[in-house]
Amino acid sequence: MSFKKLWSVAWKELIQASRDPLSLAMLLGVPCMMLLLYGYALNFDVRHLRLAVQDEDRSAASRELLSSFVNSTYFDLVADLPAGADLARFTERREAKAVLVIPLGTGEALAAGRTAPLQLLLDGADANTASTALAYASALVGAANAARQSEAGGRVEVAPVAYEPRVWYNPELRSTHFLVPGLIGFILMLTAVLSTALSVVREKERGTMEQLRVTSLRPAELIFGKTLPYLLISLTATVLILVAARFLFGVEVKGPYLHLFLATLVYLLGALGLGLLISSVADTQAMAFQAGSLVSMLPAIFLSGFIFPIRSMPPVLQAITYAVPARYFNVVLRGVILKGAGLESYPRDMGFLILYAVVVLGLAYVRLARKEV
Amino acid sequence: MHALWSMIVKEFLQLRHDKRMIPAMIIGPVIQLLALGYAANLDVTHIPTVLVDQDRTPASRALVERFTGSGYFELVGAEDSPGGIDPWLVEGRAQLALVVGPGYGAALAAGRPARVQVIADGSDSNSSTLGLGYASQILAGLGAEIAASRLTATAAPVGRYELVPRVWYNPDLKSRWFYVPAVLAMVLMLVTMILPSMAVVREKEIGTLEQLIVTPLKPWQMILGKLAPFVVVGLFDMLLITGLVTGLFGVPLRGSLLLLTLLTLLFLCTTLGLGLLISTVVNTQQQAMGFSVYVLMVPMIYLSGLIFPIENMPRGFQLATYVIPVRYYANILRGIFLKGSGIGVLWPDALALVAIGVTVLGTAVLRFRKSLD
Repeated sequence: MSFKKLWSVAWKELIQASRDPLSLAMLLGVPCMMLLLYGYALNFDVRHLRLAVQDEDRSAASRELLSSFVNSTYFDLVADLPAGADLARFTERREAKAVLVIPLGTGEALAAGRTAPLQLLLDGADANTASTALAYASALVGAANAARQSEAGGRVEVAPVAYEPRVWYNPELRSTHFLVPGLIGFILMLTAVLSTALSVVREKERGTMEQLRVTSLRPAELIFGKTLPYLLISLTATVLILVAARFLFGVEVKGPYLHLFLATLVYLLGALGLGLLISSVADTQAMAFQAGSLVSMLPAIFLSGFIFPIRSMPPVLQAITYAVPARYFNVVLRGVILKGAGLESYPRDMGFLILYAVVVLGLAYVRLARKEV
Repeated sequence: MHALWSMIVKEFLQLRHDKRMIPAMIIGPVIQLLALGYAANLDVTHIPTVLVDQDRTPASRALVERFTGSGYFELVGAEDSPGGIDPWLVEGRAQLALVVGPGYGAALAAGRPARVQVIADGSDSNSSTLGLGYASQILAGLGAEIAASRLTATAAPVGRYELVPRVWYNPDLKSRWFYVPAVLAMVLMLVTMILPSMAVVREKEIGTLEQLIVTPLKPWQMILGKLAPFVVVGLFDMLLITGLVTGLFGVPLRGSLLLLTLLTLLFLCTTLGLGLLISTVVNTQQQAMGFSVYVLMVPMIYLSGLIFPIENMPRGFQLATYVIPVRYYANILRGIFLKGSGIGVLWPDALALVAIGVTVLGTAVLRFRKSLD
C-alpha cells in the first residue's frame, strides 16, 4: 500500500466534498443544530403542567390546597370549571393535562377529622407526563397532610427515617448532560455511515468507479483513501459538538482527552466500515440511504441506551443491542466525559468496539476487493 | 387525462423496476415499528443497586428487603464501606448505591432519626430521577408505618386528604401507547417526503427530467404523476402499521379508520409538498437526502411532540412547533387511536394541516414549474 496514492485518493475525495458546500455545511452544521435542539428544547423534565380545577367545595381548606399546587410551579392553573362541566371533553381537547376535583364537603370532612377524597383526572395519552403529574400531586397532597398533622398536634413530627439522596457526576440531574454523549455517538454514526456509503455508490451510479478501478490504485488504497476525508470531517464535527456543549450547556470533559479521541477513532472506523459495507451491497444512492439509515440511525437512537434504557427492553432486543456499537460507545463516552474515567475502566466495551471495527472493515475490504477482479 | 394516466403508470413501473425499493418501503417501516414499539420505554425497573450495609441489624435487613421486594431495585453486589462504591458506578455495573450507616437500627429503636443514603449515577439522569423517586416513596412508606406505630392512642384523629387518581385513555400508563402511534408519522415522512424528493432529483441527475419536459405533459400532470405512487405506498404503509400497532402492541384504535385515512391524506399533502420543495432546492440525491433528513425530518420529529412533550419546551421553541405539520398529525393520531376523537374535536388540527398543505404544495408547484422553464 502506497501512502502517496492513498493520499491522492483522499485529496480527490476532499476536493469533491468541498465542491458541494451544501453537503459539507450540513455535515458540520447539523450536529450543532441537533445539540441546540437537545440542549434547549428537548427534555423529560416536566414543569408547568396545565391543570384545571373543579372546586365544588370553595372552602378555606380547598383554596389553601389549590394555592399549594399553583405555588409549586409544577402546575399552571388554566381553568376553573363550574360544577357539572364536561371534564372528559375538556381533557380530550388537550386544554388541560390534569383536572383536580375537590368535592363538596371536603372542608367539613377535614374539620370533623375524617378522610376527604380528592379526585385527580389525568390525560394518560402521554404516559410519561401523566406519571410525573401524579407523582407531583401525591407529593403536594402528602405535604398538605403533614402540615395539617403538625398544626393539629402542635408538635412537629421528625421523620423517623431520614432520606439522603446524593447524585454523582451530574448533581442537578440535567438531561442535557445525559444526552450530549449519546448525541455524539448518534451523529457520528449517521454522518460516517451515510456519507461514506453515498460517496461510493455515487461513483458507481455515475460509472466513475470503473475509471478508478482501471487506475493503478490497489483496493486498500482506494478504500481507505475514500474514507479518510469523512473520518476527518466526522472528527471535526465531534470537536464542534464538544466545544458547543462546553460553552452553551457547561458539559465539561472530565476525563483525559486522549482517551476520548481514541474511543472516538475506533468507533468511527467501525462506522466507516459499515458505510463501505453498505456501499458494496447497494446499487443506487436511494437504496444506500435506505439501508444506511436503517442500520445506523435506528439502532443508534433506539438500541444504544441514548434515550431509552437498555435494561427496560425485552430480552430479545437486549441481545440485539450487543451488536450495536453505539451501545458501547455511549458507555465509554459517558464515563470519560461525565465521570472523569479513563478507558481502563471499560476494557469490555472497548474490546467490543475494536472487534466491531475489525470485523466490519475486514468484511467491507473483502467484498470491495473481490469486485475489483 | 390520458397523458396523466400514462405518466402515473410509468412512475409505478419505475418504482417496481427498482426491485429493492419495494422491500425498503415495507420492511423498513415494520422494523422501525418493532424497534420503537419494543425499545421505546422510559419506565425502569430492576435498577442495578450496590448495597453498603454497615449496620447489619434486623432493622437494616428489613429496609433492604423493602427495596428489593419493590421490584424497582435489584442488588448486584455489596461493599463494606461507601469508599468502594465508586468503581461500581463508574463502570456502570450499578446505577444506584444504598448506604445504611452504622447505628441505623439503634437510632430507630431510640426514636432518633435514622439516616439512609441513596447515591445515584447522574449520568443517566432519567433513570436516576425515577430511581430516586422510587427510593423516596419506599422510605416515606416505611417512615409513615414507623410513625403510626409510635403514635399514642390518645391523640385526636386529624382529617387527611386522600388522592384518588383516575387515568383516562391509558389506565395502565404504558409509555408504549404514547410512542407507537408516532411510528406512523415517522414512516410517512420517510416514504412520502424523502423518497419522492430523491426520486425527482434522480431524474434531474440522470437527465431524464429534460426528456419529460419535452413531452406534451403539463407541469401539474408531471407533478401529480410523480407523486401519485407515493400516495399509494403511504396509504398502504398507514394501513400496515395501523394493523400491527393494534394487533401486535394492543394499542386500541378507538376512533374511525376512515377519519384516520382522510386526515392522513391531508398530512401527505404537506409531506409530499415538502419533498417536492426540497427537490427544487437541491441538485444531487445526496443533498436531497441530507437536506430532508437533517434539516426537515429530524427537527420535525423532535419539535412535534412525537417523543418529547411540547409543554416541556421553552416558549420560543413552542411557538416554532406551530408551523410543523407533524405537530397536528401527532394530535390527530393520539386523538383517534387513544381517545376515540371525532372531527368535532380534531377540526382545528385538520384545518392547520390544510393551511400548511396548501402553502407548501403551492410554493413547491410554483418553484417546480419555474425550474422547468
